[in-house]
Amino acid sequence: MSAPPASTAPVTGAAASKPDREVLLQIQDLVKYYPIMGGVLRRHVGDVKAVDGVSLDLSKGEVLGLVGESGCGKTTLGRTVLYLQKPTSGKVVFDGRDMSTLSGRELRRIRKRMQIIFQDPYGSLNPRMPVLDIIGEGLVAQGISDSRVRIKKVEDALETVGLRRDYTRRYPHEFSGGQRQRIGIARALVLEPDFIVCDEAVSALDVSIQSQILNLLLDLREAFGFTYLFIAHNLSVIEYISDRVGVMYLGKLVELADTAETFSNPRHPYTVALLSAIPDPDPRVHKKRLVLKGDVPSPAAPPSGCRFHTRCWLREQLGNPENCSTEDPPFRELSTGHRVACHYAEQVSSERVSSAAAKAPAVVSADVGDVAEIPFPSLQQPGPPPV
Amino acid sequence: MTDPVLGPGVPPPPDVLLEVRDLRTYFHVMDGTVPAVDGVSFSIKRGETMGLVGESGCGKSVTSLSIMRLLDIPPAEIVSGEIWFDGRDLLRLPESEMREVRGNDITMIFQEPMTSLNPVFTIGDQIGEAVVQHRHVSKKAGLDRAVEMLRLVGIPGPERRARQYPHEMSGGMRQRVMIAMALACDPKLVVADEPTTALDVTIQAQILELIKALQQESGAALLLITHDLAVVAETVQQAAVMYAGKIVETGSVEDVILRPKHPYTEGLLRSIPSHVPKGQRLNVIKGTVPNPFRMPTGCRFEPRCPYAFEPCHDFEPPLAAPPADHSQQVACWLHVPEAQRPGRAAVAPAPPVPTEAFVQVESVTRQ
Repeated sequence: MSAPPASTAPVTGAAASKPDREVLLQIQDLVKYYPIMGGVLRRHVGDVKAVDGVSLDLSKGEVLGLVGESGCGKTTLGRTVLYLQKPTSGKVVFDGRDMSTLSGRELRRIRKRMQIIFQDPYGSLNPRMPVLDIIGEGLVAQGISDSRVRIKKVEDALETVGLRRDYTRRYPHEFSGGQRQRIGIARALVLEPDFIVCDEAVSALDVSIQSQILNLLLDLREAFGFTYLFIAHNLSVIEYISDRVGVMYLGKLVELADTAETFSNPRHPYTVALLSAIPDPDPRVHKKRLVLKGDVPSPAAPPSGCRFHTRCWLREQLGNPENCSTEDPPFRELSTGHRVACHYAEQVSSERVSSAAAKAPAVVSADVGDVAEIPFPSLQQPGPPPV
Repeated sequence: MTDPVLGPGVPPPPDVLLEVRDLRTYFHVMDGTVPAVDGVSFSIKRGETMGLVGESGCGKSVTSLSIMRLLDIPPAEIVSGEIWFDGRDLLRLPESEMREVRGNDITMIFQEPMTSLNPVFTIGDQIGEAVVQHRHVSKKAGLDRAVEMLRLVGIPGPERRARQYPHEMSGGMRQRVMIAMALACDPKLVVADEPTTALDVTIQAQILELIKALQQESGAALLLITHDLAVVAETVQQAAVMYAGKIVETGSVEDVILRPKHPYTEGLLRSIPSHVPKGQRLNVIKGTVPNPFRMPTGCRFEPRCPYAFEPCHDFEPPLAAPPADHSQQVACWLHVPEAQRPGRAAVAPAPPVPTEAFVQVESVTRQ
């Protein structure tokens, strides 16, 4: 494994602050567009810009949490990193090897070391396959043809994830959601990978089961030294499991920092709003939320300049500076290991946050336009007269 | 929240809007009977907000559908119970009268904003429909009310939006439409079944703030059904925790969340990963929910309970206030004074050992 040349190393972060850690995976300016075909001739009329220029490094043994709302491109990023989908442009370097230069056979060999755990424990297991075949399929694909070796490996994997060895002949419907997710994890680790993408791996689970699976994932990292790219929309899960956190918005990474730094000192206005939106389990806390107006814009037609500017509370406070809507902010390093893509990240302060939260109307607009003109009529008084 | 103290068939006092008494809803399916809701009792006062919280399969949604009488019968059967709403037992109303209540006095916000709107009618028609139905006004007046409601829930350009179809709106906006629809008839009770589960966290924040503001404004009571304790903590005053078809703990949100008494509530709260120090393992509730076809005989949480002791396996604990504290109710033997616990003596006698063999086989050989 060769160290990346300093000039192209896009992100430092944990890799730089802990020089003893080797970089396992490098993502360089990764772009994935999905073409939109339209018209009678099915001509290419546009692109869904799912991932639009993301750069990241993952060190060995690290858990990098990737958080963002639906449609921000986090799942696409996870799949493109594994080359399950070819990127439109950009590079993925795994353990010193540029994936784009690999032949099909080499790609298959390297995939043995990269696995994925899917979100839906119901949809991701073939209902007509027994557990032995579900978990063992990857072994077959990797050329382990001796069935006794295969059975042994599958049984070992089942045991590792806390299931019984004799479950190999059972079918998915015989298991609960938590157990199915364990099967999904066993399928990923049977090939003894180095790197696992967890794509919303605990999102479909109840909270008591979710904590069992999170503990298991951390135990496995301890035991086998896995590196995880942990994709989730649940911020408290991300806070618990990750060493570093990357926040995505509309196909771009907007902030990247150590977990404690992200949660205590967020610098991108979007991260601030995201953190403010987490419901607090303590009923005594009546925090005034910083509620964003509107929805995430379409990734097929992202806003110009900074993609967040249409919903940005900071921009509003600063009197709508022009460069927000014209200039794409660079992903710059604010302090060691803390990167943020905002022209005015230095202006984020707790005073500004609380004043923005205080100004928010009781009913926040569902759209990015005209907030101010929404009145708040009493429910009782207008209404049609009852007959 | 008061517990039902009145006898069967006696309506609750007028300040109680909804009182569910010993509701049992079973599903008869091919493999047997699932007691989805098995003896649930709670009440909501006028204008009060209550959260029903529990994990998947605990019976919280079936409870709400039983109140609305929206279950398919069969396979469902409301085996017993009373649902007093505004002085009437809903379970004894004829369907025609129930239709007057449903969508008018009690309305519902469903989880899935993508599928619970009709794709072939405009938003305005769908919101106005209930108003036209229940208030017997013209279609025009219904549409006006729809526009007004859309404005109320923060949708800009409501006149234009009322003429649009559901597919022209985002998920968060559709959920606002659902809320507009639920409030259009000035209901007395709004049942919100996982209203924010399908939404992103920033949109969830918008919708929760909206529900809170409109609930206060309209004075309607709210029954919020969710799996998320944090959502309950932020939104409602009273909370009831369900497990395997039963309410295991109920009280004010402060009591239930800050001073949980039932081991299941405690376990749930400690499983939430926020604020757990790095590197520390998360608390887990061991095992999984019981098989509904083979519910444990005693306390249903006993097989997973870290505190389980003698009476738990054989006897079902009643939902009652612990002696020191009357604001909270809990179904756990830990909080029942020792004298009132079923002791060894009370253990049901073991089935008599047969003294005489029923069938005797002797000297059978295989030919």
